[in-house]
Amino acid sequence: MSVLVNKNSKVVVQGFTGKEGTFHASQMIEYGTHIIGGVTPGKGGQSHLGLPVFNTVADSVKEAAANVSVIFVPPAFASDAIMEAADAGIGVIICITEGIPTADMIRVKEYLTDKDCRLVGPNCPGVITPDEAKVGIMPGFIHKKGSIGIVSRSGTLTYEAVEQLTKIGLGQTTALGIGGDPIIGTQTRDAVELFMNDPETKGIVMIGEIGGNMEADAAYWIRDHGTKPVVSFIAGATAPKGRTMGHAGAIIGGKSDTAEAKKAILRECGIHVVDSPADIGKKMKEVLG
Amino acid sequence: MNLHEYQGKSILKKFGVAVPLGFVAESPEKARELAKEIMDETGMGKFAVKAQIHAGGRGKGGGVKIAKTLDEVQEYAGQILGMQLVTPQTGPEGKKVRKILIEQNIFYPGESEPEEYYMSILLNRDKGRNMIMYSPRGGMNIEQVAEETPEQIFTEVIDPKVGLQAFQCRKLAFNLGLSGEAFKNMVKFVNALYKAYVGSDASLFEINPVMKTSDHKIYAADAKVVVDNNALYRHPDIEEMRDVYEEDPIEVEASRYDLSYVKLDGNVGCMVNGAGLAMATMDIIKLSGANPANFLDVGGTASAKRVEEAFRIIMKDSNVEAILVNIFGGIVRCDLVAQGVVDAYHNIGEINVPIIVRLQGTNAVEGKELIDKSGLKVHSAILLEDAARLVAEVL
Repeated sequence: MSVLVNKNSKVVVQGFTGKEGTFHASQMIEYGTHIIGGVTPGKGGQSHLGLPVFNTVADSVKEAAANVSVIFVPPAFASDAIMEAADAGIGVIICITEGIPTADMIRVKEYLTDKDCRLVGPNCPGVITPDEAKVGIMPGFIHKKGSIGIVSRSGTLTYEAVEQLTKIGLGQTTALGIGGDPIIGTQTRDAVELFMNDPETKGIVMIGEIGGNMEADAAYWIRDHGTKPVVSFIAGATAPKGRTMGHAGAIIGGKSDTAEAKKAILRECGIHVVDSPADIGKKMKEVLG
Repeated sequence: MNLHEYQGKSILKKFGVAVPLGFVAESPEKARELAKEIMDETGMGKFAVKAQIHAGGRGKGGGVKIAKTLDEVQEYAGQILGMQLVTPQTGPEGKKVRKILIEQNIFYPGESEPEEYYMSILLNRDKGRNMIMYSPRGGMNIEQVAEETPEQIFTEVIDPKVGLQAFQCRKLAFNLGLSGEAFKNMVKFVNALYKAYVGSDASLFEINPVMKTSDHKIYAADAKVVVDNNALYRHPDIEEMRDVYEEDPIEVEASRYDLSYVKLDGNVGCMVNGAGLAMATMDIIKLSGANPANFLDVGGTASAKRVEEAFRIIMKDSNVEAILVNIFGGIVRCDLVAQGVVDAYHNIGEINVPIIVRLQGTNAVEGKELIDKSGLKVHSAILLEDAARLVAEVL
């Protein structure tokens, strides 16, 4: 078992023939992900990387039964791409694109409320279920099939946690990068719920950062409904107030945005918080006994 | 991107939000001339002279004055222009004032008392929707209001399907205790303000205070406007308003190389790929007993060239006593980053602070070998905990 993506995922790549799309599609194919082809409007009927190109996401669903989409479309057109995938009936939409205007994402969020789909991202590394499907830009080789679910707002910091869990022999069920923007689809709490309900997942690593209430929201849910140990690191204890730290969503506005405030809430809710990102793997091993 | 008050007000005005008549000046003589124009147009002889810097609390530092005559306008303009203005938000070194805004004074006597309110528009992240936050307690720090009288802060969340509705504007005006002419003007004001927010792709409007004049007019007396960087591509006119004088010179240079850099006041510089890992690396520096000198994300395509540019940027900060490079190679190959470190060492010449390079992921072992064999005074590590230990050791 795993969450969101697995060996049965049929992945369509939006922005398939662009530079990013081409590079990462080949990496995903090499990893063994079942890529059914891609979408580039106006290039339908052509072939790219030995796979069919479709004009619309709807065509890729009709002709190749696509059920997962991964988006590499430039920021100005990415919100449209997400809505197109939702309209076509794609169940899991993973948007890698960084730099989408917030106003566009407000519209997307509204549009998705009555659609039967789950958005991951934007501005995220994607989702990987080791040995089954890599849908995103993460380096596949550091992952190892195992028992820990990871949810994170960051890319390379997720890789850091993955590496530690692999080295210590725990491995991952699925690693889920939810993205660093102020408005994202799947939230920390949604991801935690998915992992709590996944029988293969024995423990959860929750990586957060300054800005917003997502980690606190997840922590209260864990306190009330959690059944598995959760280890957490919150980045940005040294970040100054009012400055955007790379991720558009990583900004301390008020007191509840700080790493310290978040850690305090997490600890109260019974989550194993580590102060150093170097201790994530060790801590998980320790709490699993 | 942050805007000056006068720039923010020019956007408000474009969308029909009432702002006091005002002009921006860079010399005392020009300030006097512009004040004369205001006097001719409004028939009023009192003016606000306001320093234009990117920081709040300007009045507290002597950057805002009320002039009662044209002579006073010139005198105050002379005092404020060129001053190093220190406010609670600038830090002890302050900010140099290069421009001032001369405005008609809207605190004039009349049939009712002038009133001040607070109003801001921003994203409610939990709901994924914009909201208007407002309070009858204007003209003061809203965080203080939130602490003392949280019941005096109201919010109105806007449904993106239909936008701001008339009933919401009415509710707001009633909550502020308005009636009659002022009520009508406030409804109009809020409507226009929200249009301006959406129309300029702003991420924050803070109007503190919103003024009700003695003759029931509603004005944006101040304007803090922040525009969504990701949306600037569709607002070239706003993008032109960027004032690099307001930014740290090292940050300006870093942005030229597309490096995401934030200057901090610690002693250990760092260079990391990815924003989350960069913040985590800063935290590790702190845990090792030192303080981070910066945030620096070299991005997903950290080539040898970019690594060298990043080194130059970090070295411009004279407080830096050591540098920690932390790269998790995914698409980025660690051996290429290692080559960048070696090149930077040779090309920059005088790097006389210890460097710790932690490489992990793709080709990490090859990268570490390259560094170890280079004969340079660079400490290399593969595990994050080793890197943390090395930081503590070299200092």
